[in-house]
Amino acid sequence: MNETNTFLLDGEEIPFTPGQTIIQAATAHGVYIPHLCWHPEFKAHGSCKICTVKVNGRFGSSCTMAAQAGMNVENRSTELDDKRRTLLQMYFVEGNHFCPSCEKSGNCSLQATAYELKMVSPHFDMFYPDRPVDASHPDILLDFNRCIMCSLCVTASREVDGKNVFSMGGRGLLGRRIHISSESGKLADTDFALTDRAASICPVGVILPKRKGFAVPIGERKYDKLPINLQVTEETQ
Amino acid sequence: MTFELETAKSPEKLRRVAIDPVSRVEGHGKVTILLDDDNKVHQVRLHIVEFRGFEKFIQGRPYWEVPVMVQRLCGICPVSHHLAASKALDMMLGIKQLTPTADKIRRLMHAGQMLQSHALHFFHLSSPDLLFGFGSDMAKRNIVGVVAAHPEVAKKGVLLRKYGQEVIRMTAGKRVHGTGSIPGGVNKSLSAEERAELLKDAYQMVAWSRDAVGIIRGLFEQNLTQYNAFGRFRSAGMCLVRADGAMDLYHGGLRARDIDGKTLFDHFDYSRYWDVIGEDVKPWSYMKFPFFKSLGTEDGSYRVGPLSRVTMCDHIPTPLADRERETFLAFDGGSAAGATLGYHWARMIEMLHAAETIKDLLHDDDIVGHDLMATGQRQERGVGVIEAPRGTLIHHYRVDENDQVTRANLIVSTTHNNQAMNTAVREVAKQYLDGVEITEGLLNHIEIAIRAFDPCLSCATHALGQMPLEIAIVGADGTVLDEATRDHRGLTREIRELP
Repeated sequence: MNETNTFLLDGEEIPFTPGQTIIQAATAHGVYIPHLCWHPEFKAHGSCKICTVKVNGRFGSSCTMAAQAGMNVENRSTELDDKRRTLLQMYFVEGNHFCPSCEKSGNCSLQATAYELKMVSPHFDMFYPDRPVDASHPDILLDFNRCIMCSLCVTASREVDGKNVFSMGGRGLLGRRIHISSESGKLADTDFALTDRAASICPVGVILPKRKGFAVPIGERKYDKLPINLQVTEETQ
Repeated sequence: MTFELETAKSPEKLRRVAIDPVSRVEGHGKVTILLDDDNKVHQVRLHIVEFRGFEKFIQGRPYWEVPVMVQRLCGICPVSHHLAASKALDMMLGIKQLTPTADKIRRLMHAGQMLQSHALHFFHLSSPDLLFGFGSDMAKRNIVGVVAAHPEVAKKGVLLRKYGQEVIRMTAGKRVHGTGSIPGGVNKSLSAEERAELLKDAYQMVAWSRDAVGIIRGLFEQNLTQYNAFGRFRSAGMCLVRADGAMDLYHGGLRARDIDGKTLFDHFDYSRYWDVIGEDVKPWSYMKFPFFKSLGTEDGSYRVGPLSRVTMCDHIPTPLADRERETFLAFDGGSAAGATLGYHWARMIEMLHAAETIKDLLHDDDIVGHDLMATGQRQERGVGVIEAPRGTLIHHYRVDENDQVTRANLIVSTTHNNQAMNTAVREVAKQYLDGVEITEGLLNHIEIAIRAFDPCLSCATHALGQMPLEIAIVGADGTVLDEATRDHRGLTREIRELP
């Protein structure tokens, strides 16, 4: 490793290899930068803005900004976490996130990030959008009430599964949503399968296998064991 | 059909006294009393003023979410809804027999809930009335007053409840709103460490539950005339019983008896409950009024819960509770078994039964087994019935081929007791309030009658959309200007198989 390829993250020296983004370098070094739409397997989408950091005093997305030697990066400052919490509150009110009866509870990145950032209320008025549930597929349920538009399913289906089952479409806050690439718009009319990478990529509870709800007891779910900020190195979602 | 003191002839000329909210019960309700100038009582109604929506918003949800979602009806005995929904969905999945481990873990969870709920009701909510007197100083008539005056009693109450909550936590994952029971079985059994931890205090809980039965028995002995007569009325009853007629709070067939003790149906398969139970509605309450169809709306009301279960079962399958049951039934020639306040005595007998059941199950090796799930041949619908702490609880779901719930019907314990509670408060109003100057202490008598049933008003107001309502627009002079009924068949809604 070239000794000059390091940057400061909250005062800690982080090594990187040229071409790595800030979040990639931090993750490889075991340091948590809060995020939702970024996934280590895929090219950054840069849409959720939760991973925003301050680089030499200026805001930037750590998932898209390349690491450079000598950078001074702020990550878990009060100012940044306050802004992240506000963004999270917006995510919660824009969808219908009822954690108490959600199968993904305890395994959900949105919920775990909210706990990590000490979000205790939605703060804003709830939108209560009318989002569809697509239960047409024999093995998989789609509950778009929980979608945060991270587009990881779109990317995984296209790049790993080679199927293009999902696409992002529509305009405006309530119009923009994930579409199913079939004539009927139903998942049953695609070749989507439980074994697809896209079937297990969703960080929230939109894409779930059917008839297996709550099979993992409380205490044994992913974030029951360790909070999200301590699961950085093993993160594959 | 209108019962005595349900509707006054000229309400506009009467004075209105309201108890709003009724305190030391679960949920929100109020009592209105209409009196004339001589304080003579003309109308008494227990109103349920909450409005929920579970039957509606469960529609469209995947069935495996239901046991976790519907338990949010209540924070006191959510395990009842959790288990009743699971049982209904077991039936929908075509499962006739759970694995021994799943069956016993669910029974353990249920017994833990019965213990904590009954302890909460007796010690925290009702003991202030019973220990200090019905019309005693309001400032002391609460759990803080009990802690000050009877610290040992209060301590046992708190620790009994805590133990029940621990049983729930270890079987369901959390003390309140866990996820342990899932359609087809359970998601966990007990570890050896959990079993050992619960066993440490199991015998103490049995002993303290026996003491609690002794407290209420002693109170009956000391206040025999008052306790026997308080809000007393004759009533039909219903409960689940085991195949041999024994008390079974988790599973069995329906048994019903009329006010003379004559059997109306016995070991009835609850999967067709609508053949024997109908629901009536009144224009002044969000809560429905169930009745036995064979007797009609006029004579068909009944009561459920501890008093019905303890008096109608053939025996209790744990020895200490069964002995207490025999004492209760024989007390003063059987008088306590028909008293409204007999609910408290019966409830403590059940708490003892729950403590004994927990102790017995903890000695059963199946509770640490690993065979958790059963499978079956899928059906379109399922009905689950359980004896919740407050009485018979019915869950009924229809699920489509995409695994989504299309219809739901819930008849909860407190709803079964609706007419019985109204009758009890009217009896108390006649006994204590008629023709006298009303004081806070006298109004508390009304609340004591309601508390005897341990109503959960939150659970009982779960309907939305499908509930028939009668609406009347009444002018300032009391004349009815317009009225509308949502259900075209009139006031009575026939329960039937969900379409």
